[in-house]
Amino acid sequence: MSNASVLYDAPGPRARRKAAIIGVIATLVVLMLLGLVVRRLADQGQFAGKLWGPVLDPSNENFPLVWNLLAKGVVATLTAAVLAIGFSLIIGSVVGVARMMLGHWARLPVVAGIELFRGLPVVITIYFASRVLPELGVDLSGMPGGSGLWFLVIGLTAYNCVIIAEIIRAGVVSLPSGQREAGLAIGLSPGASMRLILLPQAIRVMLPALISQIVVILKDTSLAAVLGLYTELLRQGNLIALNLDNPIQILSVVAVIFILINYSLSRLATWVDQRSVRKTPPKRVAPVPAEVG
Amino acid sequence: MDAITANLDFFWNGFLGSLTICLWGAVGSLILGTIIATCRVSPVAPLRSFGTAWVTVIRNCPFTVVLFMFAFGLPEIGVNADYYVFGLAALIIYTSAFVCEGLRSGINSVSAGQAEAARAIGLTFTQTLTQIVLPQAFRTSIPPVGSVIIAMFKNSAVVGAFGVGRDLYSVGESLTSAQGYAALPVLTGVAIGYLMITLPAGLGLGVLERKVAIAR
Repeated sequence: MSNASVLYDAPGPRARRKAAIIGVIATLVVLMLLGLVVRRLADQGQFAGKLWGPVLDPSNENFPLVWNLLAKGVVATLTAAVLAIGFSLIIGSVVGVARMMLGHWARLPVVAGIELFRGLPVVITIYFASRVLPELGVDLSGMPGGSGLWFLVIGLTAYNCVIIAEIIRAGVVSLPSGQREAGLAIGLSPGASMRLILLPQAIRVMLPALISQIVVILKDTSLAAVLGLYTELLRQGNLIALNLDNPIQILSVVAVIFILINYSLSRLATWVDQRSVRKTPPKRVAPVPAEVG
Repeated sequence: MDAITANLDFFWNGFLGSLTICLWGAVGSLILGTIIATCRVSPVAPLRSFGTAWVTVIRNCPFTVVLFMFAFGLPEIGVNADYYVFGLAALIIYTSAFVCEGLRSGINSVSAGQAEAARAIGLTFTQTLTQIVLPQAFRTSIPPVGSVIIAMFKNSAVVGAFGVGRDLYSVGESLTSAQGYAALPVLTGVAIGYLMITLPAGLGLGVLERKVAIAR
């Protein structure tokens, strides 16, 4: 119980007994609530084989088709996520470095841009890309994957590259100033010192935050389903559910797939965080923008 | 910029609509998040597992999936409501997990020595909690919970995109799709509407953060 030790002392026999009693009651209440949900589902026939068959029963006629489509959805989601993550990392690093290295006045537009995009909902940047770009005569329909994919990627990148820029900046700021000074002292230019000394360390310090942001990007690809832009996992699931009339079952499967992917990534972030033994302990790690999808 | 000036009322209503969603969402998710956080730090093991499961499942699930579950799943089991209600409920459930983590990080940041010192000078459990631990925990929780609420305001746009029809996003949608205005000016107006909240809120939160910071 190390996570809560500040709130209460190690329990004695009486407290343990009390906790056990409350524990039993709490378990019963939770089970009862679950039971109510299950009963409701059962009453409405949601456990019928007709509804679950297509996703669970390999002998069902629709099973191969459904999983084929879902697999396509997963591939589409991962494609969009990898593209958006790649672009965000590249552009974000450039923007972050620009914010740190440009002179006072030249930095202003970069700072303004960062603040601007950080304040916008991602769904707005995606919507903006999908509506305004065609109006401005940008034609992406010839791109591989279709225009929807690219509008999604552009919208996601516009928002996430500035978040990543800020994460990288927070990492560099957290390094002791001696790192940069030592680089300059051995004759490196400011740019080389940033590239060879500061950035590699900053990225290592900020790896957990970067992975968390990657989870956010992955989650946000599903916004394409709301906008009807691109047939990724959620939209694919929705289309299947419309045909088979089993939204609860299909959406549960979609949710489980998302949770499995994201949970493994989160675990990776925790693992990296615990494993990274920093040779130069950072002064302080500036707060990173909260990873809220 | 005609599209904005001619429809200023419309934009204003959408802005208020977004604020309303955010307000209800904030109240709901703060209450629910506090309950979940209480479970997560309670000495009762089953409650802790419940809290952990809640947070793990919801944090790793896209908001859109939660939203679709509510909007398309619930009617299947005979729960019918307006999309507005479904959207709001999904927003509250989703945000509660993040609120919980914000609060918990505040509690975790209080060092055990504080509570030990309090017990050593003879304060009771309640006194320790209300006078030593929670005041420090709340102060540390303000920045993370604040950014969760700002993020929730941004997520309210997803509820709008879903077709709720009472917020800023819906204004953009109906002006460009139904009334045929050019997208660039209208969506710029919508973006400005969101920035009018998120930028000052972010700045205010930064100020507050420095003000409540405790040197440890």
